[in-house]
Amino acid sequence: MSAEPTAPLPVPQPQTEGYSRREALVMGLFALAAAATTAGCSAADKLALDDFVAKHFRDLTPDELKDRLAQLEKKYSEQYGKSVKVSATPPIPGVLFGYALDLSRCIGCRRCVYGCVDENNQSRDPQTHWITVLEMDKEGGVNLQNADAFYDHETVPAPGKFYMPVACQHCENPPCVKVCPVEATWKEPDGIVVIDYDWCIGCRSCISACPYGARHFNWGTPSIPKEELNPVTEYLGNRPRQRGVVEKCSWCLQLTRNGLYPKCVEVCPVGARKFGNLLDPESEIRYIIENKRVFILKEELNTQPKFFYYYGL
Amino acid sequence: MTAHFRYTTSQLLAPLIFLAPSSRRDTDPLWGSMTRIRNIRLAVAGASAAVLLTVACRPVQEAGPRFGKGIEGVAKAKGVVPKPTVTLFPVAPPPFSEGAFPCSECHGLTDKVNRVPHKVDFHEEIVLQHDEKNRWCLDCHDAQHRDKLHLADGRLIDFTESYRLCGQCHGPTLRNWKAGEHGKRTGSWSGAKQYLLCASCHSPHSPHFKPLKPKAPPLRQEAIR
Repeated sequence: MSAEPTAPLPVPQPQTEGYSRREALVMGLFALAAAATTAGCSAADKLALDDFVAKHFRDLTPDELKDRLAQLEKKYSEQYGKSVKVSATPPIPGVLFGYALDLSRCIGCRRCVYGCVDENNQSRDPQTHWITVLEMDKEGGVNLQNADAFYDHETVPAPGKFYMPVACQHCENPPCVKVCPVEATWKEPDGIVVIDYDWCIGCRSCISACPYGARHFNWGTPSIPKEELNPVTEYLGNRPRQRGVVEKCSWCLQLTRNGLYPKCVEVCPVGARKFGNLLDPESEIRYIIENKRVFILKEELNTQPKFFYYYGL
Repeated sequence: MTAHFRYTTSQLLAPLIFLAPSSRRDTDPLWGSMTRIRNIRLAVAGASAAVLLTVACRPVQEAGPRFGKGIEGVAKAKGVVPKPTVTLFPVAPPPFSEGAFPCSECHGLTDKVNRVPHKVDFHEEIVLQHDEKNRWCLDCHDAQHRDKLHLADGRLIDFTESYRLCGQCHGPTLRNWKAGEHGKRTGSWSGAKQYLLCASCHSPHSPHFKPLKPKAPPLRQEAIR
């Protein structure tokens, strides 16, 4: 019980410079980190850091976007050994995209699946396919419970079967967008549901929310042979993805926002796939909706797809 | 930045979906689906409801003439979208069999022609499977002008216009083809596009679309490493 003299309590220093001690400390740490990044790290680390600190696409100012696109172009060009273009083409005002697919014409040849893989830089190994072609019995009708995505016939169509390709339905009321905890996926003004791969945290909530199995997760590092990479890419579309993010059909926005048909329309040998502007009363897509028996998949879920299946014959 | 971290209750609860029993997902190739169309009656009901909804929800548009503009025809949007004029590019007719064209190299203008339907002992590679009980070569090919086709009323047309000939019987199909519903279009959804002739996909002599070899099936989940 000695009465030792205790050290006097520290007296807060008056703030002369306008920063608290805590703020100064934090700033010092940041300065150290920044110095370490620029001094001791390789170019690859710098690129990785650029990816890590990349802002959300919609928070980028025009100048920041330009810089970011240049960063990515440099990164991909080095990675794939050829000049890769990364753009961020804005939606066309007054355009709402829609898609129609004629079930009576599709023969299940899967040309669309692999056309899409080539166009949109999907991973070859591990395999990612944005389009799934389902085979069903004509007698059973559209019964997804008895659908087979793994059919392998000598020739198609197989007798008594019909085929239903399914990819992202670009819902007007997309459940995937609702569940994303970080708003890394959203619906653009032209109706295309897009993903910011740099903002996706890989929680896969959207995959479980999507009733169409349209979203795919990169469990492994995607691999694309250098010579097969499509160098015309979009930030929100077909640029090479990284491991741990979700991807899906983007209606080839690198083509469609420049007025072209999506790749699957271009490669379909039977002309079963139709694409156009829902707001244009003269478009093919409007003709189909107005004159054919169209239906949407799982319409009872109120997702309001802009992808219409129909029977043309 | 904060704008992208707004949570709602449903967003927070959404990951709980992983806890749901997975048996249904396993039987559904669109795995992850929570409901599915169980039988055809429901499918039909759904389809008709979809049609009704689509029709009901559509803004009323002035019903304008859609046809009769010809394939080179213009589709101008009257509504919201300023739209470039749509032009269709004719494509070359599908290639003839080796050495078959021009037909006039063998068939002369003044040849005597037996116009009674009969089996010819030339062009054996052509097997007619197109209403063959009622029709034969000279119903479409012109007996005198062999490099041309003729319509039912005798008007001569080029092979590049063969769709007019096909449309004599297949009227609704021609209508849909002109509107862009039947047949393949490539190019631009908003501008210039290429179209294919009927004969590009359907051999006029046996028009049924020929089966194709499908591309490889996707890997099964368990095979992806």
